[in-house]
Amino acid sequence: MNAWDYITQLFGWLRGLFDGTITTLPSWAVVLLDGIIGIILILSFFTTTVMIFIWLERRLVGRFQIRLGPNRAGRFGLLQPVADTIKVLIKEDIVPARGDKWVHWLAPVVVFVPALMLFAVIPIAPTYDGANAILADLNIGILYIIAIGTLGIIGIFMAGWASNNKYSMVGAMRAVAQMISYEIPMVLSIIGVLLMVGSLQMGRIVAEQSIPFILLQPLGFLIYFIGASAELNRCPMDLLEAESEIVAGYHTEYSGIKFSLFYLAEYGNALAVSAIIATLFLAGWKQPFSQELFILPPWLWFVIKLFTVFFVIMWIRSTLPRLRVDQLMGFAWKFLLPLALINIFITGIEVLFWPTSLWALVPINIAIAGGLIFLWSRLFFKLGGGRVEVGV
Amino acid sequence: MPLKTEPVVINIGPQHPSTHGVFRMRVTFDGEVIVDMEPVLGYLHRGIEKLAEGRTYTQNIVLTDRLDYVASMTNNLAYVMAVEKLAGIKVPERAEYLRVIMSEMMRISSHLIAVGAFINDLGAFFTPFMYMFREREKLLDLFEMVCGQRLTYNYMRIGGVSHDIPEEFLPALGKFVAEMPHFIDEYDQLLRENEIVLVRSKGVGILPREQAINASAAGPVLRGSGVKWDLRKADPYSVYDRFDFEIPTGEIGDNYDRYRVRVEEMRNSVHILEQAISQLPKGEVQAKVPQLLRPPKGEAYGHIEGPKGELGFYLVSDGSIAPYRFHVRAPTLINLTAFRDMIIGWKLADAIITLGSIDICLGEVDR
Repeated sequence: MNAWDYITQLFGWLRGLFDGTITTLPSWAVVLLDGIIGIILILSFFTTTVMIFIWLERRLVGRFQIRLGPNRAGRFGLLQPVADTIKVLIKEDIVPARGDKWVHWLAPVVVFVPALMLFAVIPIAPTYDGANAILADLNIGILYIIAIGTLGIIGIFMAGWASNNKYSMVGAMRAVAQMISYEIPMVLSIIGVLLMVGSLQMGRIVAEQSIPFILLQPLGFLIYFIGASAELNRCPMDLLEAESEIVAGYHTEYSGIKFSLFYLAEYGNALAVSAIIATLFLAGWKQPFSQELFILPPWLWFVIKLFTVFFVIMWIRSTLPRLRVDQLMGFAWKFLLPLALINIFITGIEVLFWPTSLWALVPINIAIAGGLIFLWSRLFFKLGGGRVEVGV
Repeated sequence: MPLKTEPVVINIGPQHPSTHGVFRMRVTFDGEVIVDMEPVLGYLHRGIEKLAEGRTYTQNIVLTDRLDYVASMTNNLAYVMAVEKLAGIKVPERAEYLRVIMSEMMRISSHLIAVGAFINDLGAFFTPFMYMFREREKLLDLFEMVCGQRLTYNYMRIGGVSHDIPEEFLPALGKFVAEMPHFIDEYDQLLRENEIVLVRSKGVGILPREQAINASAAGPVLRGSGVKWDLRKADPYSVYDRFDFEIPTGEIGDNYDRYRVRVEEMRNSVHILEQAISQLPKGEVQAKVPQLLRPPKGEAYGHIEGPKGELGFYLVSDGSIAPYRFHVRAPTLINLTAFRDMIIGWKLADAIITLGSIDICLGEVDR
């Protein structure tokens, strides 16, 4: 027997365990084992992908900025994240003298854990029996994502408060204002998808997407994408760590492993948002165009979609300047929120008069989205969301 | 019951990512709105004005390199012009042309940094900055070709320049001059009508025309406020009266105007370079000047239109080998005096970009 046989045997035993055909263990142990295996799988997927993200971002942003990016550690600089990790682990951990020690210590954890928890409900691939490879296919999947995704800002505020630093505090206050504002259009934009599917369950959302929802819900996708990049603190909405203004925002006073937790959480959130967009709007693990013809395995399609979304986020980051805090708020409340509400209304009408061929809806919805954005941006400028006009 | 609020004082600098050196300001905030600002200067004070009084006139040229290190050539030029005025030295024509070429190259190089840093202060994550550096790199290569240095050139001499340009310089410069307008167009494509740039910089940090004049601001800051004042036209020094160029001005004196003025000035500098290359005469590059210059007793003020404004050197001679008094009219320090009025009532982010649009260089502000 070689190593491969042992592994196959182990997996066969595990499958039997979860199927209920092997009853050597009590049921609570099976549930516990199930959970632990899932968490280990997600952790390894999470950390590996985040490392690839960090490497990819540094390389690609380098290319965007006509430089090479890190290329010394390993081939193509592939070991750069490892080097970074080792470097950051051996750094001294500094707590500000008059800062709140316990809150300072807790904050990175509070930021990091929700980023990880989001992956519990993301379907990565179909399993052998047609279900979804998902840790917990909750029937309130999206609600769970929204709830958990908002938790992170508590950690950010804790970090800003505990640092006893004014830059941190300004960053933290901006964070709370920004995240709460953008949460609303973001959640409302998902409702369009929910209306079309009729379920909050992530597995069903993937299953129902015969056409990717980016085509059926272009407006919802745009609003969600903008809202999500605001949640991620990415340019042009990286106000809470705006380097040129408030140094590093809420994590100015963090160093060593705690800082790296923030860093990991940032990329983890980017990964989560990419995964959510891929699932909600890009049909998840489904192969585009045809389900019958096998080109690539479903999990690879999922990863490709995830990286595509991340690439776009990165592209925007390295191109656009930053907005000012009041403009950012104005954009959320005066532009995204009304558009999200209109989107719900239009989707509601479409669901009522559901056409037989969904493809007929695609050009209509794209036209509606384009027209609405055009008209509302004209109105938005009139509402004072645009630039300040000053007479000579 | 109204909420009790109190203003917060935030100390920005001297170590801060976007104070362009070691500028420090104590800013009082009401939320995010600036109530008051107090600049604290002197973190880069090296006593250059006093140092210069103990060194000979020629030795002082290297000190001027250390003033505005982003534009050393023009510093050199202003100083040697003041000395020449003091000692009554006539400069050969070829040297005058070389001086013009160098200072226009320097202007482009300095404005590239100014515009890049301004967009960077807007929060553009270094991409425009790196694109600016791509072109600046070519200019630095050209400077290196001429004088062997990339930052502190020490190229100008009293009565001319240190040595003639190498053979390969003019073709290389011609290539740069031919390419540069395309680059500026490419850059404008991304930024000129960029909605975020417009929203952030239009109407922000306004310096009204009257106030700009009263603050004796100079350079792009003054011209951004709509005053058509450029020493190259107003008081033509060197051979500037032989070139045809425009003075770009802004309209209301906001950050966007100052940024546009700089971009247009780069175009004009390229135009001047074109003309200077075609007109460049042959001949000497250095007048006969004694090794140990002893200018007659008296005083002189030499001034030029530097990239950042009117750069002047005021020299008093007591007849010895060293200046009795050496004073620098540093444009960035004087432009900075208008800064407080420009940012009161605006937000923190606006203050940062306004500072970026003034384009200070602490080597010159603190001296």
